[in-house]
Amino acid sequence: MSALARLTKTETTLFFREPVSVFFSLAFPPILLVILGSIPSMRQPDPTLGGLRVIDLYAPIVIAMAIAMFAINGLPQQFATYREKGILRRMRTTPVKPVVLLGAQLLMATALSVFTMLVVLAIGRLAFDVRLPGQPVGYLVAYVLAALAMFAIGLLVASLAPSGKGAGAIGTILFFPILFFAGLWAPRASMPDLLRRISDFTPLGAGVQSLQDALAGQWPQLLHVAVMLGWTIVAGGLAARYFRWE
Amino acid sequence: MGIIEVDGLVKRYGEHTAVDGVSFSVEPGEIFGILGPNGAGKTTTVECVEGLRARDGGSVSVCGIDPRRDNGELRELLGAQLQESELPEKLKVREAMELYSSFYRRPADWHELIETLSLTDKLDTQFRRLSGGQKQRLSIALALVGDPRVAVLDELTTGLDPQARRDTWDLIEGVRARGVTILLVTHFMEEAERLCDRLAVIDAGRVVAIDTPAGLVSKVDGRQRIRFRPSAPLDHAVLLALPEVRSVERAGSQLVVTGSGDLLLAVTTVLARHQVVAADLRLEQTTLDDAFVALTGRPIDS
Repeated sequence: MSALARLTKTETTLFFREPVSVFFSLAFPPILLVILGSIPSMRQPDPTLGGLRVIDLYAPIVIAMAIAMFAINGLPQQFATYREKGILRRMRTTPVKPVVLLGAQLLMATALSVFTMLVVLAIGRLAFDVRLPGQPVGYLVAYVLAALAMFAIGLLVASLAPSGKGAGAIGTILFFPILFFAGLWAPRASMPDLLRRISDFTPLGAGVQSLQDALAGQWPQLLHVAVMLGWTIVAGGLAARYFRWE
Repeated sequence: MGIIEVDGLVKRYGEHTAVDGVSFSVEPGEIFGILGPNGAGKTTTVECVEGLRARDGGSVSVCGIDPRRDNGELRELLGAQLQESELPEKLKVREAMELYSSFYRRPADWHELIETLSLTDKLDTQFRRLSGGQKQRLSIALALVGDPRVAVLDELTTGLDPQARRDTWDLIEGVRARGVTILLVTHFMEEAERLCDRLAVIDAGRVVAIDTPAGLVSKVDGRQRIRFRPSAPLDHAVLLALPEVRSVERAGSQLVVTGSGDLLLAVTTVLARHQVVAADLRLEQTTLDDAFVALTGRPIDS
């Protein structure tokens, strides 16, 4: 098995040995959707939302939250802890390249969050009659772009954080504003204009809107694609620039 | 040409010069020790050899490769065991070995390594549940899994109990028998004396001496010490009159006689002539500890 495949497999095995992170990363987003969907008013068509129901808006938000869980709660803490304990330092004495190390983490996080996305889509469709994406390719593109932007931010936190605990704290501080602008507390459709404008420029605000557009059968808007790519390039570049083994 | 060549190595941390012109050369198949007190610059020196730190001066070559210009080739040839380096808590021994052998082009047979290191019954144990000695042995296994030509082992037996320490020493001799050159960092005299073919004694960032353990000891003059309990009172002057004797001291009921040459014969002959029997007689040779004190002016653990 190649180093990349072996590392991805090992990291995934280790992930499943941490019940708390498994719960928050994999189980919590579907559970949240079920809880929201059980509230009757969430399932009433709302004329101010163009006849959509609140639950229709929440499916993409829950998917965005699943990405955020991996990207800013799991990833940075994992990396910073590895650095703190000298695990990265030991790997540095072997021929394995840092890009393989980062690649394995990204592969695992992407695979697991895609799984969560499919579960959320399936539950939405089967339990609450939420439409499947009208533009599936656009949906996948939006999803991958949003995930990349968030993982890049997570890796940047990992590079900058002084310790595992520090990474956890920075992650938590970032988690709430990012999800606020993604519409976790008030969906974008019900945000005041100014907030929605700010939200357009945040990675998950752009991500959620793109997912909703694809759900409605349209391609993501150019602005949102550019915003997500921008975050990926800037945060990813800085993460690589400031990456430290020890 | 040695397999490791270090010449005039300098490493500074800000104002502080941690390594100040260290030079040594290690021959293939040798166990070469770097001995010195904590903070002497031992670890910094080997980190420059491993390529973990950029040096500020001098040259380093390992298997003909400059660690600072290495593009991955050296990491195939050099195995490193680091101080204070852990593994993920819930990683099992088997998974660690599979993972680390996947990093190398031509890994060693890790099953055999684990067997040699008596970890076979721990294959399915998570890292956090291993004892200190088991963690240390796993760490050695990981340093050797790439089938390296050179292994750098830093404070290999620190934190191990005496039995585990002796087992580890046997193991290192076994590794050398497979043709691996070993660079060993230690501050244990006994370890250096037992394992190393040659030693560099480092103090305050400089090499004080390089020699075999026996060579280092003999450099410190052939001082010997005899301790015994005389059966009858004895005038010290009788002993001090001997050309071999340098000093005579009383320590409780015992006499401690230091000197050189054929000290033991000279002293026992005089005692016999005065009809004094030497009870509990012990002859103490100069040790590496004494040599270290003589070379650096202080004991290693001060």
